[in-house]
Amino acid sequence: MTTTKDSSAEGTRSRDAMPDLRYSDAEEQLRAVVRDLLADRSPLTAVLARVDAGEADDIPLWHALAADLGCAGLLIDESHGGAGASYREAAVVAEETGKAAACVPYLTSAVMATTALLGTGDADLLAGLASGRLTAALAVGFATMPGTDMNSWPVRIGPPQDGDGLGGARLTGTVTGVAGALAADVLLVPGDGVPFGLYAVDATAAGVTRTPLVSLDATRPLADVTLDRAPGRQVATGEDAARAVAAALTAGAGVLASELFGVAEQCLGMTVTYVKERRQFARPVGSFQALKHRLADVWVAVTQARAAARYAAACLATGDPDTPVAVALAKAAAGDAAVLAAQECVQLHGGIGFTWEHPAHLLLKRAKSASMALGTSDRHRATLAVLVDLPPPPGN
Amino acid sequence: MLTEADQAAGLRQQVREFLGGHDPAAMPRLDFLRARFDAGLAWVHYPAGLGGQGLPRSFQAAVDAEFAAAGAPDNNPARIGIGLGMAAPTILAYGSEEQKQRWLRPLWTGEEVWCQLFSEPGAGSDLAGLATRAARDADGSGWRVTGQKVWTSIAHVARWGLLLARTDPDVPKHAGLTYFGLNMDQPGVEVRPLRQLTGEAEFNEVFLTDAAVPDTDRIGGIGEGWRVAQATLMNERIAIGGGAMPREGGMVGLAAAAWRDHPEARTPGLHDRLIRLWADAEVARLAGARLRQQLAAGTPGPEGSAAKIVFARLNQELSAFELELAGAAGLTYDDWTLRRPESLSFFGRGPGYRYLRSRGNSIEGGTSEILRNIIAERVLGLPAEPRTDTKVAWKDLPR
Repeated sequence: MTTTKDSSAEGTRSRDAMPDLRYSDAEEQLRAVVRDLLADRSPLTAVLARVDAGEADDIPLWHALAADLGCAGLLIDESHGGAGASYREAAVVAEETGKAAACVPYLTSAVMATTALLGTGDADLLAGLASGRLTAALAVGFATMPGTDMNSWPVRIGPPQDGDGLGGARLTGTVTGVAGALAADVLLVPGDGVPFGLYAVDATAAGVTRTPLVSLDATRPLADVTLDRAPGRQVATGEDAARAVAAALTAGAGVLASELFGVAEQCLGMTVTYVKERRQFARPVGSFQALKHRLADVWVAVTQARAAARYAAACLATGDPDTPVAVALAKAAAGDAAVLAAQECVQLHGGIGFTWEHPAHLLLKRAKSASMALGTSDRHRATLAVLVDLPPPPGN
Repeated sequence: MLTEADQAAGLRQQVREFLGGHDPAAMPRLDFLRARFDAGLAWVHYPAGLGGQGLPRSFQAAVDAEFAAAGAPDNNPARIGIGLGMAAPTILAYGSEEQKQRWLRPLWTGEEVWCQLFSEPGAGSDLAGLATRAARDADGSGWRVTGQKVWTSIAHVARWGLLLARTDPDVPKHAGLTYFGLNMDQPGVEVRPLRQLTGEAEFNEVFLTDAAVPDTDRIGGIGEGWRVAQATLMNERIAIGGGAMPREGGMVGLAAAAWRDHPEARTPGLHDRLIRLWADAEVARLAGARLRQQLAAGTPGPEGSAAKIVFARLNQELSAFELELAGAAGLTYDDWTLRRPESLSFFGRGPGYRYLRSRGNSIEGGTSEILRNIIAERVLGLPAEPRTDTKVAWKDLPR
C-alpha cells in the first residue's frame, strides 16, 4: 500500500522557500551551554524550593543566563552590544528554559520587551538590555492575544510635569497580570492617547506600584502594575508604537511555543524514565500496552509541536509573510502538546505525581499557564481561520 | 567547494543537455524513460549506474521540475508506488549487484510493477508468525513456495512480488524467515480479487502452489528475512505518511474547498472541527518537511513512525467531516460495482469513497496500534510486553 505524490511540490511557495526546520550546529552549541547552566544552577528540586520560599524570580540565574551567556542580547544587533542572532536561537534558549521550568524573565525581557524596542531603535535601552544590565517588561497582561485592538489599553497618557525631560509624559492606569514585571528595571508601557504611545518607565519611580499576584504558574510570577502619574519617556508613537507592541506580542507567542515544546519534551522524558523504573504486578509499568500507547501519542504530539515551533521561529527570524499563520499554528500545537504531556506526566506517575514534593506539578502549571498566555490555543485557531480563509457559518 | 545551489544548477544543465539529445515528443515514452535512467537522472540519490549519481536526495526536486517543465513523460509514480517506495530501497540495501542491475531499471521505468507478499490470513500484525513455506528444490538450485498471501495491492498487474516466507520452521519465528523476489508470471501463482468495503478490489489474495524461485532471486541471507522486511516496512510507512505536499494538499484541501463552496452547510461545530483539522494537517505537513530535511541530510529521525499515525487519523477525520458537510448527498455513494483499479488513490472519487477508504489507512502498512508499540519500544525504549512466542521454534507455537 502506498501513495506517491509529486515530490517537486512543497508548500504554496516554492520548495526552496521551506525554511530549515532542523537545529543548526550553532543552535545546538547554544543549547548545550544553556542546558549546562540550568542543570547546574536550577534543577527542578531547586525550582520547587524557590517556589516554596516565595522567591520565584531567580535573579542570580537570570544574570548568568542574560549577561554571562549573552542570552539577553540574542536578538539585539552587534552595534548595540548584542549577539546579532535571530529568533531561531532565541527559541532554542526558550526550549531549555521551558524544560527546566526556569524562574527567569527571559521571554518577557529578552524576547518581548526587546522585540518592542528593536523597531524603535532606542540605543540606550537596547545596549542596557544586551549587556544584561537592564531587565525590561512590556506592561501588557500576559493573557493578551497578539492582534488585540490598540485602542483599548488601560493606561492613559497625561501631560508632563515640570522637570520631565523631552518626550516625557505622566502615565496613569492599571495593567493586570503582567509577567516579568517584578524582575524588571524598566517597564515598557503602551499608553492610550492621541497618538497612542509606547513609554519607558523606571519600575522603581514614584507613582509605580507593582502588586504581586498569586500566579497559577509560580515559576512565572505575575503582578498588577499600577501607575499614578508615573513619569514615562516616549520611545515610540502612533503607528510605530502600535507596530512595536504587536511585534512583541507576536514574537512572544511564537517563542513561547518553543518554550511549551520544551515543557512537553521534559514531561515526556520524565514520564518515560519513571514508567521504566516503577514496578507493579512484578513488571515495569511501562511494559503495559495501555501506558505505552498513551506515551506514544504524547511522543507524536511532541514531534508535531517541534516542527510547528521551528517553523514559527524560522518565519520570525526572516520576517516571513507567513509569520502570523506560523505563530498561530505553533502556539496552538505546542500549547496543546504541552498540556497533554504534562497531564499525562501527572497521571502516569500515579500517586507520587499528585504530590507537592514531586516536580510534575511545576511543569503542569507552567504548561497550562503558558498555553493560555498570549492567546489560548482556541483563540489562535480562530485567528488562523481568518488568515487561511475558513469563514465561520453565516451570521456567526 | 560547490554550493548546493551550484550543484542544483549543474543538474538542471545536465537535464537540459539530456533533453537536447532526447526529444520526448519524438521518441517512444519507454525509450525516453530508459535513457533518462541510463543518464543517471532517474533518482539522483541512487548510485551511478543504477539510475542515479550518488547525490543527496534533496536534489531530485530540481531534476523532476526541469523534466516536468519540458513536458517530458514521467514514470507514472502512482502506478508503481510499491516498487518505488518499498521494493527499490530494499533491493538497493540488501540485493546483490546482479539483482540491482536486473530489477531497478524496469522497476523505475514502470515496465515491471512490484507488489508486496507479506500479510497472510493468519499473520497480520504478527507478521513474523507467517506460514507460507519456502522449501529447497531437490537439486538445491532454488526454492518452491506454498502458502496464501492476502491484502496484496495491485498483485493482478504485478510482475514481481516482495515475498517473505518461512524457510526454517524449527527455529523461533523471527529467525526462520527469508526474503525473495518472486516472479508473479508463473503457473504456481494465482491471484484472486479481494473485495474491500469500498466495493472495489484494490487488494488481492495470492495463492502460491509450488511456485518456483531461483536462489539467485533471494534478497539477503537465508534466515535474515525479518531484517530485510524491516527495511521494506520502514520505507512503506514513510511512503504512506511522508510524501511532500503543498499547503492544503490531499484530504484537507478537499475539505477546505467544500467548506468554502457550501456556506449553507456550515455549522459552528463543523467550523471548530475544520480549524482543528486544518491546523493539525498543516503541522503534520511541516513535520513531514522536517523529516525529509533530516533524510536528505542523512540524519533520519524516528519521526517517520509518527507520520503514518497522524496521516491516518487526519484522513479519517477529514473525510468524515467532508461527508457530513455534503448533507443529503452524503447519504449517497457513487458506485458499488466491483472494480479492479490499476493504481490506487486515497483521494479520488467522492466523499463517501474517501470516508470508507480512509478506514484502511490505520490498518494497512502496520496498524496504528502496532505503530504505537514500535514508537514505545524502539523510540522511547519502553520494555516489551512479556511474550511467550519469541523463544520457541515456530512449529511448536500454539495456533
